[in-house]
Amino acid sequence: MRIPESTGSYARDNYLSQGRPGLRGWLLTHDHKRVAILYALAITGFFALGAVAAALVRLTLVQPDSQWISPETYDKSFTFHGIVMVWFFLIPSIPNTLGNFLLPLMIGARDVAFPRLNLFSWYLFMLGGLFTIATLLLGGVDTGWTFYTPFSTMFSNTHVIMAAAGVFVSGFASIVSGMNFIVTVHTMRAPGMRWFRLPLFVWAIYATSVVMMLATPVLAMTLLLIALERLAGVGIFDPALGGDPVLFQHFFWFYSHPAVYIMVLPAMGVTSELICCGVRRRVFGYRFMAWSMLGIAFIGFLVWGHHMFVAGQSMYASIAFSLLSFAVAVPSAIKVFNWLATMYKGVIDFHAPMLYALGFVGLFTLGGLTGLFLAAVALDVSLTDTYFVVAHFHYIMVGGAVMAYLGGIHFWWPKITGRLYSEPLARFAAILMFVGFNVTFFPQYVLGYLGMPRRYHDYPPPFQALNVVSSAGAAILAVAYLLPLWYLGRSLWRGASAGPNPWHATGLEWTTPSPPPHDNFPEPPVVERGPYDYRDP
Amino acid sequence: MSASSLPQASSYAPAVDHLFDAMLLLCGAVAIGVFAVMFAFCIRYRRGHAADREGGNTRLGVELAWTLVPFALFLGIFGWSIGLWAKLRTPPADSVPVYIVAKQWMWRVQHPDGTREIDTLHVPLGQPVRLVMISQDVVHSFYVPAFRVKQDVLPGRYTELWFTATRAGRFPLFCSEYCGVGHPSMRGSVVAMAPADYARWLHAQSSPGLAARGAELFRRFGCSGCHDPGSGVHAPDLRGLYGAPVPLSDGSVVRADDRYLHDSIVLPRSQVAAGYAPIMPSYQGRIGEEDILALIAYVKSLEVEGGQGHAHP
Repeated sequence: MRIPESTGSYARDNYLSQGRPGLRGWLLTHDHKRVAILYALAITGFFALGAVAAALVRLTLVQPDSQWISPETYDKSFTFHGIVMVWFFLIPSIPNTLGNFLLPLMIGARDVAFPRLNLFSWYLFMLGGLFTIATLLLGGVDTGWTFYTPFSTMFSNTHVIMAAAGVFVSGFASIVSGMNFIVTVHTMRAPGMRWFRLPLFVWAIYATSVVMMLATPVLAMTLLLIALERLAGVGIFDPALGGDPVLFQHFFWFYSHPAVYIMVLPAMGVTSELICCGVRRRVFGYRFMAWSMLGIAFIGFLVWGHHMFVAGQSMYASIAFSLLSFAVAVPSAIKVFNWLATMYKGVIDFHAPMLYALGFVGLFTLGGLTGLFLAAVALDVSLTDTYFVVAHFHYIMVGGAVMAYLGGIHFWWPKITGRLYSEPLARFAAILMFVGFNVTFFPQYVLGYLGMPRRYHDYPPPFQALNVVSSAGAAILAVAYLLPLWYLGRSLWRGASAGPNPWHATGLEWTTPSPPPHDNFPEPPVVERGPYDYRDP
Repeated sequence: MSASSLPQASSYAPAVDHLFDAMLLLCGAVAIGVFAVMFAFCIRYRRGHAADREGGNTRLGVELAWTLVPFALFLGIFGWSIGLWAKLRTPPADSVPVYIVAKQWMWRVQHPDGTREIDTLHVPLGQPVRLVMISQDVVHSFYVPAFRVKQDVLPGRYTELWFTATRAGRFPLFCSEYCGVGHPSMRGSVVAMAPADYARWLHAQSSPGLAARGAELFRRFGCSGCHDPGSGVHAPDLRGLYGAPVPLSDGSVVRADDRYLHDSIVLPRSQVAAGYAPIMPSYQGRIGEEDILALIAYVKSLEVEGGQGHAHP
């Protein structure tokens, strides 16, 4: 058997051709699949903007005292990079694109529970994005994506309120989507789709949605308090007004640590699907995998203080947060071991999605292991706020979440578009991305260990060599990110028709034509088996 | 490996590096193990390659093993790290205080004898030094990589950090919490000197002493008008106050430490001593953090006279 292979013709009656025609048909759609496409287009644009900001940062750091952009522009660049990549790419990336498209298909539903709300969430997201772009056009913001007080409230002379408003509004898109997904999973499952027959991707989106709903309101509240202090001088975070700056950090990380799991849990879900298909085996330890995601979502709420070991919180708080941070690493370790065990005695294909999944497992492992260094308070004291931390979270978010997102896009591309892309090019891009990523970010671990602090455009000359390597890696990474735009785009016109199931994968989404019809299934599906019923020789 | 690339210049550094190296070994072994197993499976079970593919279902024992073994290892690392952390948070009794005021974008240092420096901190070898730090504007962070220590410096609140320098030399000091456009220029150095050299250096600076400067400020800012024992205003007597319990008007009791004294100067209405009217004006914005440190040093130096205690100052 060749995988992928064309398994039929392009379905003429599909969600792209059905429904109201033209731009109105897209902007007023209630179809979860079209909303997913709207989100995908938007976040691709934001990714490009964030990547340009990252390029400015990496170009500046080639020289220890580069003057080619001003220090102000440098600060605004890393701030913009952080805000855009976190809130306008990573947070919505998998849940709002693949999640939106696949969740109803995977559980055998016609749509999400609240189709209008689903479209509304996209408009909220775009409004937030508009504020963010307006911030950029007005001259930017220089607080860092973390908005630390009292710098952000009383000292920065840039457009803090506008930037905070963007994040605030887009947060409601998260809350609305999360609620929609939770209700969908509870109420819209096809007959026979019991909880423990759900694909792990659905479990992942479910766990993520819970985190989105519970954590995001705290962010909204915190941003509102920033605006209150900055505009009205109400003393909340600035000690000069009687406030407490550490209080802000508690609020901020109470959201922003769980936010890491908003980015990583969906990536784990995608990886589970990709690996099972890539090795043609049932996932090892299905229940452990499902429960570990819920465990991560829960314990993830209790570890925010590990961002504040040197921030002036009490010694005993740090001890408790350290212990809980080690505890949250256990379910992550379980997942890595289970993915490996799934490969045992499999029939492994090295198609592009599988390469992305293997890349995810490798990079997530390295990112997770270095997280243990940071969970150990005594090591964190020396490593925090250095490039070690920068490398660590890029391994999790870019090495992990972005690899999984792109792996998922490749895997479900034939379902979404009905077309097959060029496999050799896709494999080349996946490998190039893995190499480019490591060349970019591995040197940053060493830089951080040697003591290079974050957010320095001007650094001591001994750090230069490693910075040059890192910037060179970023150039490789840029090429690797551009390649899919080209060959995936090309497949829309030139790609062979995929047919319903080019990967010979299990899962309800592969039982319907590609692209799926407006109502998803020609006949309402009835589920009789668990997921991952692979019986390939 | 770690010792050669970054100097170990404090008594704390070798202990941290032992933990770091142990973690590097452990995590390195796990990472290599994960990659090795992944590659081995990829080769052995690739499509088209004949291999035994019978059995291999989920087994509870295996699952529990790789849940509990990592957890036990994590607890071990946690315990090791917490021991070091407790040490870092507990300055030895014989440590000498040095006061740091951070502001955009410089480090101002005051030694107890009144010597002041900017962006440089001189310390004697072998002597535990306890930094008492505060920021005049935003959050900064005091980071000396060669000592493996870091502590955020907050506005409105003292934070502490201690170390014992063990190697003579000049070591980079960085601000490691983003504090605005000058953040990367907020660099300096810690100079560790043999005790004799340090004494010579300190002697050459010749300054009046922190408490003496505080006494002068006490008069200049008009504090003495109310707080002098002979004053007609009903205000707390500050003699013997430092370290004593202070009953507050809301019924609670606080200890008169650096933080209490600091807040009483800039936010006098937040903690009013029992039995006094809240009439003291705030010195917020009228007095710099360095001067507050000098005033606190002066208050510390005020002894109880004639054995008269201050149960409620």
